[in-house]
Amino acid sequence: MVADEPRFGDGGGPRDADGPGRQAGTDGGVAVDGEVPVIAVRGITKHFGSIQALRGVDLDVRRGEVVGLVGDNGAGKSTLVNILSGALQPNGGTILVDGKAVTFGSSLEARRLGIETVYQDLSLAPDLSVWANIFLGREETVKGPLRVFGWLDRRAMARSAEADLERTRIRIGSVSSLAGRLSGGQRQAIAVGRAVAWGSKVILMDEPTAALGVEQQERVGQLVRSVCENGVPVLFISHNLPQVHKICDRVVVLFQGRVVANLRPAESSVDEIVAWITGAAMGGARSGL
Amino acid sequence: MPLRLPSALTPSGSVSPGAGPEGEATPTRAAWLNWVDRTGDFWIVGVLGLMVLVFGVLAPDLFTRASWLNTSQYAVEFLLLAIGQTFVIITGGIDLSDGAVLGFTGMVSGVVMQSMLASHENTLFTTIVGFAVALALGAFIGFVNGYLITRLKLPPFIVTLGTLTAIGAAPSLVNGGNEIVNLPPQIGTLGTATILGGWIYATVLIAAVACVIMGLALHRTRYGLRTFAIGSNNVGARRSGINVNRHLVMVYTVSGTLAGLAGMMVTANFDTATPVAGQNDELSAIAAVVIGGASLFGGRGTMLGTVVGTFIIALLVTGLVLVGVNGSWEQVATGIIVVAAVALDQVRLRLAER
Repeated sequence: MVADEPRFGDGGGPRDADGPGRQAGTDGGVAVDGEVPVIAVRGITKHFGSIQALRGVDLDVRRGEVVGLVGDNGAGKSTLVNILSGALQPNGGTILVDGKAVTFGSSLEARRLGIETVYQDLSLAPDLSVWANIFLGREETVKGPLRVFGWLDRRAMARSAEADLERTRIRIGSVSSLAGRLSGGQRQAIAVGRAVAWGSKVILMDEPTAALGVEQQERVGQLVRSVCENGVPVLFISHNLPQVHKICDRVVVLFQGRVVANLRPAESSVDEIVAWITGAAMGGARSGL
Repeated sequence: MPLRLPSALTPSGSVSPGAGPEGEATPTRAAWLNWVDRTGDFWIVGVLGLMVLVFGVLAPDLFTRASWLNTSQYAVEFLLLAIGQTFVIITGGIDLSDGAVLGFTGMVSGVVMQSMLASHENTLFTTIVGFAVALALGAFIGFVNGYLITRLKLPPFIVTLGTLTAIGAAPSLVNGGNEIVNLPPQIGTLGTATILGGWIYATVLIAAVACVIMGLALHRTRYGLRTFAIGSNNVGARRSGINVNRHLVMVYTVSGTLAGLAGMMVTANFDTATPVAGQNDELSAIAAVVIGGASLFGGRGTMLGTVVGTFIIALLVTGLVLVGVNGSWEQVATGIIVVAAVALDQVRLRLAER
């Protein structure tokens, strides 16, 4: 009943039989229990000129999971998210949605496959109404002759926007108020509500709490849990390790373009995560650490 | 399973004290803001009404049919330019070239019609070709503007300033810089024909129809919504799958096309294609749009506001002439109103964000 109750204590099966923190590059939580991951990446590489941003990343996200993606600046988090959201194309490797290999050339194609992204800046148009923001790029037109002109079915969109926000228990007041006139928390809620409304497969959240105060970070965490309760898994990218530790079922650590650890918060402390992020956990002999 | 959700996501009324750092809109503040918003939309109508009243008292001739016909006819070219400009400005751009496009298309179509008449072409057909030439040429120039802005990622200000400079000289080069008076009779008829018992010029009707169509496109269609979205959050619009570049090219193309139509209306109005047509008109058009409440930063504007803004400028000209003041004061007054409109807009924004 209480959505914000962390679920990592619920013993979700022996997904990581050989324990947390396996080393070097091949494992981002590859399914052991046979269930097909909603989204899976295999051996993704990406370079920008001579800089190797991703060196073969594997990652699975399964139904009903909140997966944290952490790593230091430059570890490849944003690159990976941009590839999954369709903004960047990988140089190598495959992306599987429901077990089928897919490619997307744009964020539109990723969205068509049910992959929605909540961007750090929320990506809302402040001068548009709440319903227009939710339907932006996927506007509904009326039936009949006016359809040719792209005549908007404003009423239908307002109605379903209301229903969408209602379904995620998000209340904005009027869906025709301008997004720019709402509070930070409400704007966040619209962005999440939009992702939930369209994201049938997985929702990527890129630093959703970076710009928020402590109390609102808490609320976003609760919202993430409630989204996940509705069945759609969430890939949660954040620097806020205590929060990641609290709300995620699994934490995947990127280090220099590779997945170096796949931890379960129930079994690992925040300090352990930090050790993997800084590389200290991998041999510990790195100078200066 | 019922979920308990964060209070930041619930209506403002249920917010506990000490809410998030951004604070929550309380009902009283929201109501007050709504009031500011509403005034913001309508204050400019009040200004227009006040102007009608003042000019009407000073010069009762304002309320004659002749005065109305003059004012409305004068407004036609600015209105047509301002319609296209409204879309452009809402996307966060600016089209400095549309006055020059007006003059250029008018002259080119004049030359084409003149030479067709010289070879004894049917006059109605000549008129139609003249219109087609003006619209197509305007569309082409607008397309080039949009293409340069989106593909070369140049600022709209620079691109359209370049077009203005380049095209601005062209009317003087076409036909040796001479006026073209040898036009089909239909052109002259179009300029003088009236409907509704002589109260509405045909050219005014054409501008009004264009205005209604484009107003509906702006406020009721997907095209219009995306125009706002691009100006409001360009990156967000791209992420949501809107083909922003194609949309912008379209917006500038439409602006150019309307400038071509305006060129024909001016030609019809004077029954002459003149190389000085449209000079500096872009500034009046931009002023009309801004007076009408559009933001030069994009995302905001209304077609109704643009119409009111256009009539404020047109009324300044005819009103000042009626009152017996040198018409050049119109530019002074327009300048003041533009600055006042933008200043008020900024104050509103600041109030809204507080």
